Amino acid sequence: MYRETSILNDSSPVSPAGDDGAGNITINVGPQHPATHGVLHLVITLNGETIKKVEPHLGYIHRSIEKMCESLTYRQFIYVTSRMDYLSSHINNHACALCVEKGLQVEVPPRAQVIRVLMDELTRIASHELWWGAMAMDLGAFTPFFHAFRERESINDIMEETCGARLTMNYMVPGGVMQDLHPDFQKRVKEFLHLYKRKIHEYDELITGNIIFQNRMKGIGYLSPEDAISYGCSGPVARGSGVSSDIRKIYPYEIYNKLEFDEVLETAGDSFARYMIRLREMQQSIRIIEQLIDNIPDGDFQAKTKAVLKLPKGEFYQRVETARGELGVYIVSEGGTTPYRIKFRSPGFSNLSVLDHIARGSKLGDLVAMMGTLDLVIPDIDR
Amino acid sequence: MLNEELKNKITGLLPTATFEEGGEWLNVIVEPKDWLPFARQLRNDSSLFFDYLFCLTCADWKTHLTMVYHLSSTTHRHNIVIKAKLDRNKPEIETVSHIWRTAEFHEREVYEMFGVHFLNHPDLRLLILPDGWEGKNPLRKDFEDPVNMIKL
Repeated sequence: MYRETSILNDSSPVSPAGDDGAGNITINVGPQHPATHGVLHLVITLNGETIKKVEPHLGYIHRSIEKMCESLTYRQFIYVTSRMDYLSSHINNHACALCVEKGLQVEVPPRAQVIRVLMDELTRIASHELWWGAMAMDLGAFTPFFHAFRERESINDIMEETCGARLTMNYMVPGGVMQDLHPDFQKRVKEFLHLYKRKIHEYDELITGNIIFQNRMKGIGYLSPEDAISYGCSGPVARGSGVSSDIRKIYPYEIYNKLEFDEVLETAGDSFARYMIRLREMQQSIRIIEQLIDNIPDGDFQAKTKAVLKLPKGEFYQRVETARGELGVYIVSEGGTTPYRIKFRSPGFSNLSVLDHIARGSKLGDLVAMMGTLDLVIPDIDR
Repeated sequence: MLNEELKNKITGLLPTATFEEGGEWLNVIVEPKDWLPFARQLRNDSSLFFDYLFCLTCADWKTHLTMVYHLSSTTHRHNIVIKAKLDRNKPEIETVSHIWRTAEFHEREVYEMFGVHFLNHPDLRLLILPDGWEGKNPLRKDFEDPVNMIKL
C-alpha cells in the first residue's frame, strides 16, 4: 500500500541548524545541481539574499589521476589525462606530449606540429561553444544550447573521422600524433568554417545584444587585475580583468609564434567581460585555422621514438593554454619508464578559488551568472 | 632577468640559499624557517616581483618531503622554482596564502595528500577527500588502501 511521506505535513522548521541567530542561513547547492556542469557542491552562507560566503566542496569525481600516473609509462599516462578536462582533451594530451618530448629532446615533424595546432584550435572552439550554450541555459535561455551544439557537433564529427573518438581523443602522443589525418579532413574543416561564419552572427542576435542578458551580466562578479593574479587565475578569467596571460603568446610552444592572432583582452573585469572574451576568442581560433588549413606540410606525422620511453633524471614543466586557462604538467623523473611524481596544475582549480571572493556581497540570483563565466569543468578541478 | 642574474640577486637576499643546476628554470633550495620572509621579498622586490604563483605542490622522497613552488612574474616574465625540504615525520612550513591567495586552496590539497601542516593557514581542512581521511595521505609513496586502490 502506498504511504505518503510526512515531510510536507511536518510542522518542524525545515532546517533548524541553518540559522545561526544573526540571520545567516546556510544552504547547499549541489552536489548534483544542473547548473554546476559537474558534481560540484557549494555551501553558501546567506543573509537574506546576500551572499556572505561560498565554500566549494570538491572530490565527488576525484580519481587520483596523479597517483595513477605514477605507475603508468610515459606512453600510457597520456590516455588518462583526456579524462581530466574532457572538453579540451586534445590540449591536455598536447601538454603531456610536449612535456615528455622536452625530456626526451625529440624534434616533432612540421606536419605533426600543424596538425596539433589545428586540433587544439578546433577543440578550443568546441569547448567555448559548449560553455556558451550551457551559460545561456544557466540564465534561463534554452535555445542557444541547440545553436551551440549544432556547430559543436560538426567539430566532433571532424574529430571522430581522424581520431576515432568524439570526446576523449588520445590523439597526441610523444613525437607527434597517433595517425595521419583523414583524407576528408581539409574539406570537412572548410565546410565547418563556412557554416560557422554564416551562423556566428546569430550568437550576438540571440544573446549578446539582449538587454535582459546584459543587465544580468554587467557589473557583477567584479575581479580586479591584482586579485586575478594573486588568485592564480588564467585564461579568459584573467584576461577579462585585463591581465595578459595567454601562454600561446607569452611562452609560445609549437608554431604559435609564427601565427597571426591577437590576445583578446577586456578591462571591465565583470561577468560580461569574461563572456565577451570567449566569444572573441573563437574568432581568433578561426583565424588560426584559416592560416593553417591550406598549408599543412607533407611529411611524417610522427617522429621516430623508442618503443619504451625513458626520461632522464630531472624535472620537466610544460605549460599550455587550454580553453580554460593555463594547464601545467610537472614531471619529476628518476630516470625510469614511469614518472616518479606528476602534478597537473589545472586552470579550473585556481579559477574556482576566486568564486568566494567575487561572489561575496552579491545576490544569490547572480551566483549562477558568475559561476557560468568561470567556465568550470569539475573533472579538471578534481583530477 | 636571466637565470644567472636571478641567482646573483637571490644570493644577495638570502646567503643560505643553495641552487640546483640543470633545469629549465633556476631552482632555489631554502630552509623552511627562511621561507616566509624570503617569499615576501620575492613578491615585493620591484626587480623580482614574483606576483603569480602558478604551481604549488609537494613530492615524497621517502626520506623527506619537498615542497615545490613555481613562481612567475607577470611584469618581468621570468620564472623561478623554490624548494624546501621538510621532515617526513613532522612536516611543517609557514603558509604563503596571504601573499599569494591561490596558495590557500593548493596548500589544502597538499595538506590532505601529503600531510604537510601549513602554519597560520586560515582554513586548513580537507578539500577533496571525504571526512575521516585525516592522517592518511594518499600521495605519499607508502600509502596503501586495499579497498579503493587497484595496483597497476
